[in-house]
Amino acid sequence: MLTYTLRRLLLAIPTLLLISLVIFLLVDLAPGSPASEIPLTVPPEVRMKILEALGVNEPLHVRYLLWLKQFFWVEPLNGFDSLFGTNFAEGMQRIISYQSRSPVFPLIGERLPQTLTVIGTAYLLGVVIALPIGIYSAYRQYSLFDQFGTMFAMIGFSVPTFFTGTLFIIIFAVWLGWFPTKYDTTLVVADWESFLKQLRQMAMPVMVLGLANAAAISRYMRSSMLENMGQDYVRTARAKGLDEQVVVLKHVLRNSLIPVVTVIALGIPSIFGGAIITENLFGVNGIGSALIQAIRGNDLPMVQTLAFIFAILIVAFNLIADLLYGMLDPRIRYD
Amino acid sequence: MTDSDIGVAPPETLRAAVWGQFRKHRGAVFGLVVLVLLIVFSVLGPFVWGPEKLSVAEALKSKNLGSSFVHPMGTDQLGRDTMQRMMAAGKVSLAVGFVAMIIAIFLGTLVGVLAGYFRRLDGPLMRLTDMFLALPLIPLLLVMVMLFRDKIARNLGPEMGAFVLIVFAIGVTSWMHAARIVRGEVLALKEREYVLASRSIGATSRRVILRHILPNVVSPVMVAATLGVAEAIITESVLSFLGLGFPPDFPTWGRLLYEGLEYMQLYPERVIFPGLAISLTVLSVNYIGDGLRDALDPRIRGR
Repeated sequence: MLTYTLRRLLLAIPTLLLISLVIFLLVDLAPGSPASEIPLTVPPEVRMKILEALGVNEPLHVRYLLWLKQFFWVEPLNGFDSLFGTNFAEGMQRIISYQSRSPVFPLIGERLPQTLTVIGTAYLLGVVIALPIGIYSAYRQYSLFDQFGTMFAMIGFSVPTFFTGTLFIIIFAVWLGWFPTKYDTTLVVADWESFLKQLRQMAMPVMVLGLANAAAISRYMRSSMLENMGQDYVRTARAKGLDEQVVVLKHVLRNSLIPVVTVIALGIPSIFGGAIITENLFGVNGIGSALIQAIRGNDLPMVQTLAFIFAILIVAFNLIADLLYGMLDPRIRYD
Repeated sequence: MTDSDIGVAPPETLRAAVWGQFRKHRGAVFGLVVLVLLIVFSVLGPFVWGPEKLSVAEALKSKNLGSSFVHPMGTDQLGRDTMQRMMAAGKVSLAVGFVAMIIAIFLGTLVGVLAGYFRRLDGPLMRLTDMFLALPLIPLLLVMVMLFRDKIARNLGPEMGAFVLIVFAIGVTSWMHAARIVRGEVLALKEREYVLASRSIGATSRRVILRHILPNVVSPVMVAATLGVAEAIITESVLSFLGLGFPPDFPTWGRLLYEGLEYMQLYPERVIFPGLAISLTVLSVNYIGDGLRDALDPRIRGR
């Protein structure tokens, strides 16, 4: 297991390097580069100065390596410094956002909590809704409940979140007036009153994302349960007179959860991608809306960094899912 | 005496068997009907339904109208007939979905067959697939559209440019699942006896692939293709929804929804119509894919 983990970790390095190169080249070679944004009336020597200040007059490979160094060495050192009050990173050039002229990572750090509260809650809610639905659908296969569950899931992953989101806004915010249409990021939860307010403003984005996630996960749970229900050990458990409850919730459920857990882990990075839409719709000031703002403002360093962070998340959770599978299922041994 | 005299039914053709199984899937039939209706609405609709061109004064007067006999879905803030815009938008949305799917399926089948058939290519091509799967697609698509839109628009014109760019971008970022499925099938197929037999009489790899392998991967590819259409339509509408899709006067359903957001409180139908159209298309395509999967699987068919 350890050798497998190490091998996978080592294999992740070239993958990530390749992805970083793709992201860097795509963003850097594109026609909308900062050089083309400078008006033509600017005299050439001033133009050179501007490009120099932006650090884009160096050759391509130098810039790529510099960016890699900044991402993997300078920024972590800066994080270390701010945690322990040391100053290892003094004098090193950080990744600077074109828009705000400040380092990119603290900006992302400011945005991250909002994303994590909303998206994290939504994903948890999705899992909590999906598991019972999946279990009961499988236990009573082809029943009315199962058919409704199937339809719910089909609708859940066919209707895009930007439409469910707008529908929710029209129904719950405009017509019924239960929830605010926009998420207020400046709200500080200090007492019961503000906590309720926070709950109300989180309700819609969390429901939209949660339902979308629940649809897919409940399908996986159902099929995994069905696969295990027909196994011999289930018949044995029934034959020796165990309670139906014990058979289903202990024997079948535990074994069925193994693939579902990995699916849940695999889904985590993709919800960050899906969060881009929800954050924009409800005005949640998280990293998804930071990405859109950066794209609109031609803020290349911010876009590169955020896209690469998304890629790291995907690679990391793929690895976690594979390792979890090996740990939970004794039949699977990687060595 | 001929066969029919003895009372032996003529053997069922494959197409009939597949259709028979497909028809049993209620959701799939519903999906097919809805999809055909939507296609008819967008493609043939403009020939039947075309309110006459308005002068500026008339357009000013017919702003923000509700549903009426002249304008079944009302008019928008510029006095344009919403139903006509829905038809035009549907044509583009469906075209994006189908063309992007064709690109993705072509790339996916190519990579899958090459990786499955030629052992030397297997490693590198599958690593490439894994790498593409690890790319953050929505952010990258947004970046691609943002950065290349003006350049391509200058060469091909704003409308054609946006179409080519978006279709191409969606196509090259969604072939990976098809490639994996095809590779798996090809790996199993190339060990079969008929492939061995064909190779033993000296058939070239090209002939083996075209004659014997490809016809046998058609069914999984068809299922992947249907689901690919749904995915492409959703991706395009996400791009449009974030304001990075087609130019404003070239509507798609996603674009109409994006424009309707501003007027959502007063005229919710401007959001609901396009949103409903997208959802219905995707839902019906997903159901068709479901039904096709059952119908093309010989183990399920005929039971």
